[in-house]
Amino acid sequence: MPLTKQQVEHIARLARLNITEKEVEKFSKELALIVDYFEQIAAVDTTDIEPRDQFITAENVFREDRVKESLPQKKALENAPDSDGEYFHVPKVIG
Amino acid sequence: MSEISGFEPVIGLEVHAQLLTNSKIFCGCKVSYGQQPNSLTCPVCLGLPGALPVLNKRAVEFAMRMILATGGTVKNRSVFARKNYFYPDLPKGYQISQYDKPIGQGGKIKFKLENGQEKSCGLTRIHLEEDAGKSLHPEHGEPYTRVDLNRCGTPLIEIVSEPDIRSAEEAYGYLSKLKQILQYLEVCSGDMEKGHLRCDANVSVRPVGQKKFGTRTELKNMNSFKGVEKAINYEIKRQTKLIKSGGTVTQSTLLWDEKKQVAEEMRSKEESKDYRYFPEPDLVNLIVNDAWKEDVSKNLPELPDEKSTRLISDYHIRQYDALVLTDSRALADYYEKVMVDFGDGQAAANWIQTEFLGLLKESKVEIQESKVTPEMISALLAKVKSGELSGKMAKEVFGEMFASGKQAEDIIKDKGLVQLSDESALGTIIDNIISVNPDNLAKYRDGKTNLLGFFVGQVMKETKGQANPQVVNKLLKEKLEG
Repeated sequence: MPLTKQQVEHIARLARLNITEKEVEKFSKELALIVDYFEQIAAVDTTDIEPRDQFITAENVFREDRVKESLPQKKALENAPDSDGEYFHVPKVIG
Repeated sequence: MSEISGFEPVIGLEVHAQLLTNSKIFCGCKVSYGQQPNSLTCPVCLGLPGALPVLNKRAVEFAMRMILATGGTVKNRSVFARKNYFYPDLPKGYQISQYDKPIGQGGKIKFKLENGQEKSCGLTRIHLEEDAGKSLHPEHGEPYTRVDLNRCGTPLIEIVSEPDIRSAEEAYGYLSKLKQILQYLEVCSGDMEKGHLRCDANVSVRPVGQKKFGTRTELKNMNSFKGVEKAINYEIKRQTKLIKSGGTVTQSTLLWDEKKQVAEEMRSKEESKDYRYFPEPDLVNLIVNDAWKEDVSKNLPELPDEKSTRLISDYHIRQYDALVLTDSRALADYYEKVMVDFGDGQAAANWIQTEFLGLLKESKVEIQESKVTPEMISALLAKVKSGELSGKMAKEVFGEMFASGKQAEDIIKDKGLVQLSDESALGTIIDNIISVNPDNLAKYRDGKTNLLGFFVGQVMKETKGQANPQVVNKLLKEKLEG
């Protein structure tokens, strides 16, 4: 079943995506396929199977509380679409 | 409080405490404040593709300390989860937190109100998570927001209380105690003004006697303990007024505006289900066995309440003094160091509270930074006790000691401050004074005994204030009465 227009718009808003009417229609069908696929998975009988949060059997992988060198400021900002050499610049959030 | 009569507030607090680790929770970047923006980042805390988080063991131990110190349970297995939301100061697009399997569960905080009444507030959970970066919003009409990611990945514990708090004053008491415990455990600086401790409050009101909770709102953006108290009082009044006038409270998030002293609704806040929590696939399960718990538990320091009880029994001081002295661990330790070489607990407690704390406050010096060592205070107090110095002289010496860091002995020598207690020397001085004041002597003997003060004054003048007042009083009375 295709997702409703409201559902698609809500998901887009959570990801801060602007989508057109046409895309809403397109995604409502595409997302429906994904949801259908999960429904197939959900149909598998899992009685007697413990839920798991993690599929790696390793436990307790730690680092000691030791400081390592950070990236130089210039390097950290290098790939940003916009910066002033000190801060990242992003489209204004409020104000 | 008549505006809220008939209604009872129900309050729960969520406190975020930055942990005093050297490095961040999932990478080796240094945790430090006031550095060049974006100079303490790496691929992990910048959220660059392919970078993997690895958990800082000390952050886990700090969380365990707080859980065990508040009587909670450290879970054998806990799981990290992704909390998804879109914000520029969160470069990964999710915050690594803990959701349905937090490391800590239960426990409680006992605290006292101003009037001495004891209260207790249950804890729902304590979990580990990472802090976000900092956004600097435009102030002069710039078309952009600036982002500093140095804080991104700083370890936090979130301490969630049960809705057990019933007034803004109780919230204040709870927070003060929480901060004190965090500081005693040395896991957080507790500085709310600097954002090292942050508090959100869930507030609702209900008619007195009603069991069911009212609809709650969440208050954010308070940056001091007083701010929390004020914001809660504001919100209690707002909700009560609204309900009394026939309205209903809608669930929302409000931002406290310290300048305007109002809480304003925050637009478009995600609902809990919008965070789309799921287990963090990049981190393995955290398992804490009994041996590890035992180890952390046995290394917990003495906590404020235990310390206060012990100081009362070890040094025979009043309860109020014990409370003041245990306010910080540094002050309590200082007091105990003074007591190593000094026997009078109450005298030392009085001196520290009135003289030492007074000067520290006046000069805005922290106890750790003071030039006066505990040994210097015990040496000074011993001189008062033995009668070598009067209380007044000791204050003078202490003022000098506080400013210069010199030993009492040296100051006394420099200033020629020696208390005269020698009865024969003082007796001669007193005899002289009496002999040149025959009129006053006669009046005294006629019953004007308050002239004793005059004679004491004369002796003090003659001895430049160095005469031992007890000895002077005793000798004067004997001689005046003949």
